[in-house]
Amino acid sequence: MNGTVRVSRRDFLKLGGVAGAGLLLGFRLPVREAEAAEEQKPPYPPNAFLHIGQDSGVTIFVNKSEMGQGPYTAVAMLIAEELECDWNRVRVQPAPVAAVYNNPMSGMQMTGGSTTIRTEWVRMREVGAAARMMLIEAAAQNWKVSPATCHAENGKVVGRHGAWVSFGEIAEQASLLEVPAQVPLKDPSRFRLLGKPVPRLDTPAKVNGVALFGIDTQMPGMLVAVVERPPVYGGKMRRLEATRARAVPGVTAVFQIPQGVAVVARDFWAAKRGRDVLEVEWDDGPRAGLSTAAMRQHYRELAQAPGLVARRDGDPEGALNGAGKQVTVEYELPYLAHADMEPLNCAVDLRADGCDVWVGTQAQTGNQLAVARLTGLKPEQIRIHTAFLGGGFGRRGNPHSDFVVIATQVALGVRRPVKVIWTREDDMKGGYYRPLWHARMSAGLDEGGKVVSWQHRIVGQSIMKGTSNEKRRIKNGIDLSSVEGAKELPYEIPNVLVDLHSPEPGMPVQWWRSVGHSHTGFEVESFIDELAHHAGKDPYRFRHDLLARHPRHRGVLDLAAEKAGWGGKLAAGRGRGIAVFESYGSYVCEVAEVSVDRTGFVRVHRVVCAVDCGHTVNPGIIAAQMEGGIAFGLTAALYGMISVENGRVLQENFNDYPVLRMDMMPEVEVHIVKRSEKPGGIGETAVPPIAPAVTNAIFQLTGKRVRRLPIDPTFLKS
Amino acid sequence: MKTDRRKKGALRLAGFAIIWLAPFALVGAAVLTKTAGLAFAVTKDDSASAAAFLKAAAVFSDPRCVNCHPAGNRPLVGDQSLPHPMHVERGPQGLGRNGLWCSTCHQEKNLHDPHTPPGAPEWMLPPADMPMVFEKRTPRQLCEQFKDPARNGSRTPTEIAEHVREAPTVLWGWHPGEGRRAVPMPHDEFVRLMTEWAEKGAACPE
Amino acid sequence: MVALTVNGRRYEVEVPVDTPLLWVLRDNLGLTGTKYGCGRALCGACTVHVNGKAVRSCVTPVSAVIGKEVLTIEGLAPDADHPVQLAWIAEDVPQCGYCQSGQIMSAVALLAANPRPTDADIDQAMSANLCRCGTYPRIRKAIHRAAATMAAGGHR
Repeated sequence: MNGTVRVSRRDFLKLGGVAGAGLLLGFRLPVREAEAAEEQKPPYPPNAFLHIGQDSGVTIFVNKSEMGQGPYTAVAMLIAEELECDWNRVRVQPAPVAAVYNNPMSGMQMTGGSTTIRTEWVRMREVGAAARMMLIEAAAQNWKVSPATCHAENGKVVGRHGAWVSFGEIAEQASLLEVPAQVPLKDPSRFRLLGKPVPRLDTPAKVNGVALFGIDTQMPGMLVAVVERPPVYGGKMRRLEATRARAVPGVTAVFQIPQGVAVVARDFWAAKRGRDVLEVEWDDGPRAGLSTAAMRQHYRELAQAPGLVARRDGDPEGALNGAGKQVTVEYELPYLAHADMEPLNCAVDLRADGCDVWVGTQAQTGNQLAVARLTGLKPEQIRIHTAFLGGGFGRRGNPHSDFVVIATQVALGVRRPVKVIWTREDDMKGGYYRPLWHARMSAGLDEGGKVVSWQHRIVGQSIMKGTSNEKRRIKNGIDLSSVEGAKELPYEIPNVLVDLHSPEPGMPVQWWRSVGHSHTGFEVESFIDELAHHAGKDPYRFRHDLLARHPRHRGVLDLAAEKAGWGGKLAAGRGRGIAVFESYGSYVCEVAEVSVDRTGFVRVHRVVCAVDCGHTVNPGIIAAQMEGGIAFGLTAALYGMISVENGRVLQENFNDYPVLRMDMMPEVEVHIVKRSEKPGGIGETAVPPIAPAVTNAIFQLTGKRVRRLPIDPTFLKS
Repeated sequence: MKTDRRKKGALRLAGFAIIWLAPFALVGAAVLTKTAGLAFAVTKDDSASAAAFLKAAAVFSDPRCVNCHPAGNRPLVGDQSLPHPMHVERGPQGLGRNGLWCSTCHQEKNLHDPHTPPGAPEWMLPPADMPMVFEKRTPRQLCEQFKDPARNGSRTPTEIAEHVREAPTVLWGWHPGEGRRAVPMPHDEFVRLMTEWAEKGAACPE
Repeated sequence: MVALTVNGRRYEVEVPVDTPLLWVLRDNLGLTGTKYGCGRALCGACTVHVNGKAVRSCVTPVSAVIGKEVLTIEGLAPDADHPVQLAWIAEDVPQCGYCQSGQIMSAVALLAANPRPTDADIDQAMSANLCRCGTYPRIRKAIHRAAATMAAGGHR
C-alpha cells in the first residue's frame, strides 16, 4: 500500500505547553532533523490525539469526520477505555490537518471505506494506555511508591491506603516523563466502555441547533455565493449577460470561474435571486450527447464479450457447457446521487499569507492540496476546519475536492471571506454519482442441483481512474472497487469467473456508501437466490450449505433466519427474502418481509438484521448504522435513479429523486453477534444486502424476479 | 384550532336556514334568483340545465380541481393525480392533521420559484364529514352531490355557482403558478355554465 | 424594513419582503439551527413554528410572519430541555444531525395536536421530514417517550 504510515510505539510523542498546560499525547511520524529542532515551538497543527487539562478535562482530537457514523464517540471511547478517565469529562474536537492524522489505510487524512474503527482500534487504545501509565508513574514518584501499586480509575490515580490524585493535578508532571516503550492493553473482559451502547457525545448539540455544519459558517464580512454551472457536465461558457444579475440588491459581484459563473452577494437569497436572472449561453461540449438509455444499450452489448479477468477458479466455461442446466440473467443498476441532507458548501477565507477553509469534508488532505495548488500557497498554510457533515456517504470525500475547488476559485475572485452554497438542484445535478452498472451472470447446475459453474461479468465505470487512488486500487486494468464483493464470492463453487469491462462514457462518478458492494451485493445475492430456485431448494438452506467454509457468513445467516422465523408462517400477502454479504470485514444478513399490492406498490414491513463486525465498540452506534444503512439501501432499491438525456441530468430535487420517508420505513430488528475478532467496518455494511433481500422476498411472494433497480411497480402490477 | 371550529359552526347555522327554505324553493316552476341585487325570473329548463352542467363538469374532473377533492383522505398532486407525497391527510376539518397542516407548506399565494407548493387563501380540502368528492365521479354523481345539502356544505345550487365564481381555492385553478397547467375552460365560461345550471333548475345529466 | 418576532425577541431586518423566512433566520439573524435542505418544502429541514403551527420556513415569505410569533429550535426551551429534546437524547436519535432541528419542531407540533399519537399517527405526521441517515425508528420511539413524559406531567 502506497503512502501507508506505520506508527510504531517509539513514534509516540508528548507535547508539553500546547493548548495550555497539561498532557498532550499523540503519535509522531519519523521526522527529519530540521523539523525535529522546531519541536518545542507550539506547533500548528498539534499532532496529538489527547489533551488532559489541569481541571482533569479530557479533550480528544478526532482525526475522522463526523457524518453520523459515530467516530466522535467511538474514537473517544477507545482512548477513554484505556485512559480510565471520567467519561463525563471527555470532550471531542475535530483534528486539524496533519500527517499524524492520516488514515493508515490510505496515507491521507480522510474518512471513508468504513475504516475508522479498523484503523484506530489498537492505536487509539494505545494513546489512552500510554497516557494512563505516565499519569500513574507521576503519581507514584510523588508518593515514592512503585507504579505497580497504583492504578487509575475515573480520572484519578489511586494508590494503596486510599491515597489519590486527580489526573489534572499531575498532568503537567506526567507530560515531562518518557513515553513508555511497552503499552500493554486491557484484556477485553475488563472493558468498561467498549462493547456498551454509550450515548453519543454529539447528540446534545444536535437537538438544540448548536451543532455547526459547514453551511452554518459565519465570518465577519463574509459574502455568500452561488455558482451557475453548465447544464452539461464539463460545458463551457459561450456568452454571459449579467447586467440584471448585478442589479439585484445585495449582489456584489458576478464573474466567471473555470467551473461556471459565480454570483456573490451579501447573503444567500440575494445571490440566488441574482443567479435567477443571469443569462448564460453554454457550449455543451463533448458530453452533449450523453444518455443513460444509450449507455444501457452499450453496456448490454459489452456484456456479451469477455472482459478483464478478476478471478478465475477451475474451468468455468467448460463446467458451464457441461452442466445439465444453464442459467443466464442480466442485472442493471442506475446512477445514484448521494443526496446528503446538507447540500454541498464550503467557506473560504483566503489571505496573502494563508487560507482558512471551513467545510464538512471527508478528505482533509486532498482538500488542503487542492487549495494549495489553486492559490499557490504551501499546504501547511492552508488550514482545514472540519465542521459537522450533514451526511457524507462518500460525496464529501470527492477525489477532486470539487466543492472545495469551486469555493476557492470564488474566493480568488472576491478576496474576502466567502461561503459557496450549492442549492439542492446544484447538488443533484452537479455530478459525482454512483456508476451505472450492468451485470451478466451465468451458472451451471448439475442434476442434483449443485452449482458447478458461476460467471459474473461486470460492466461499469471505474471510480478510481484519474484519482490519487488509481495506483493503489487499479491492478492490471481492474478497478478493485468495481469487482469487490464479486471477486470474493464466498459460496463454495468449483469453477468461478469474474470479469470486468470499464467503459468511459464521461459521467462524473465517485464512491457511494458501500462502493462496489452496492452493486455486487445485489447481483450476487439475487443470482444465488435464482439458483436456489432452479435447484428446487430453500434459499436460506441453499446458502447455508454453500457456506461451510465461511463460518462468519453462516453465523449471521443462521441468526437472521432464526430471528426472522424463516420457514414459519407469514401473514397473508407477505413474502420473505434473505441476503447475506460481507463488506469491510463485517458480515451482515438481512431478512425482509414485504407485500406488493395490485398496483405493484412495494411495502417493506420488517427487516431482521444480523451483524458480525468482530469486537464491538459501541453497539448502539452499530444498531443505528444498520437501521440507517437499511433505510439508505431501501431508498436506492425503491426510488433511486439518476438519468441523463442530452447530457443533462433529469432529476433535481427530492420530488424526482425521492428519499425514503418515515411511513415507508420498516420495523428493523438488529442482532449483533458476539465475537472477539478485530473489528470490521460498520458505516456501510448494512447497505448491500437490503435490495436483494427485498427483491428476493418479492420473488417469493409474486414469482416475479426484479433484475433492474430501482424496483418498477409497473413490472409488479397484477 | 379555535378559529376553525368557529368557522365550521357558522357553516352549520347557515345550513339550517337553507334547509328550512328549500321546500319552498322547489315548489314553483319559476325560481327567484338573486343576482347583483336584482331579482328576475328564469324559466326552469331541465335539459338546458343538465346540458350546462355536463359542459361544466369537465372542470370538476380537471386535476387542478380533482386533486383537492379526492375520494380518499389523501390529497392528490400533479396532472396524474398521484397521492400527495409526505403522507399528507385531510384531517377532520380538511386542514391536515397531527400537526402536519396544509398551511405547513402552502402559503396564501403561489411562490416565485418553480416547483414550490402552490398557494391560495384557505388552502384546504373539504372537511371529513363533507368530503365533496370529485375523484372518479360521473357528471351525474357530481351533480347529485352538489344538490344534496347533506353532502354539499349545505349550499343551494345558486350558492354553489357563487362559490365557483369567488372562492380563492377555485380561482387558483386558473392561476396555478409556474409549471402547472391551468384549467382549460375559461373561468367566466365555467361560472356562466354553473349559473345557468342553477338558474334553470339544477337538473342533472343522465 | 421588516419587523418580526423570533423566539420572543423583536427584530427589524432590511430584506426584500419575499425573502424566505429561512434565509432571514440564517443569514440575517444568525439562527443557523434551522436548516436548508431543498428550498421547496420537500424535506422539512427548515421547519419552524409560526403562531404555534409548524411551517416550512424555506417557502414562507418573511412578509407572511409579520406580527406573528416565530419559534425556532434555538427558542424551543431555554435550557434545551423540552421533553422532545430530552427524548431525542434518551433514544440517541441523531446521526449526522442535519435534519433533526426540523424533525424536533415537527414532533413538537405533532404532540401539540395529538398528545398520544399511535405509530400510524407518527408515520403520518413525520413523513414530511426526510432523514437520509434513516433515524426514523428512533424518532418513533423518541416521540412515544416524549408523549409519555408530557402525559405524566413533564413540563410543557
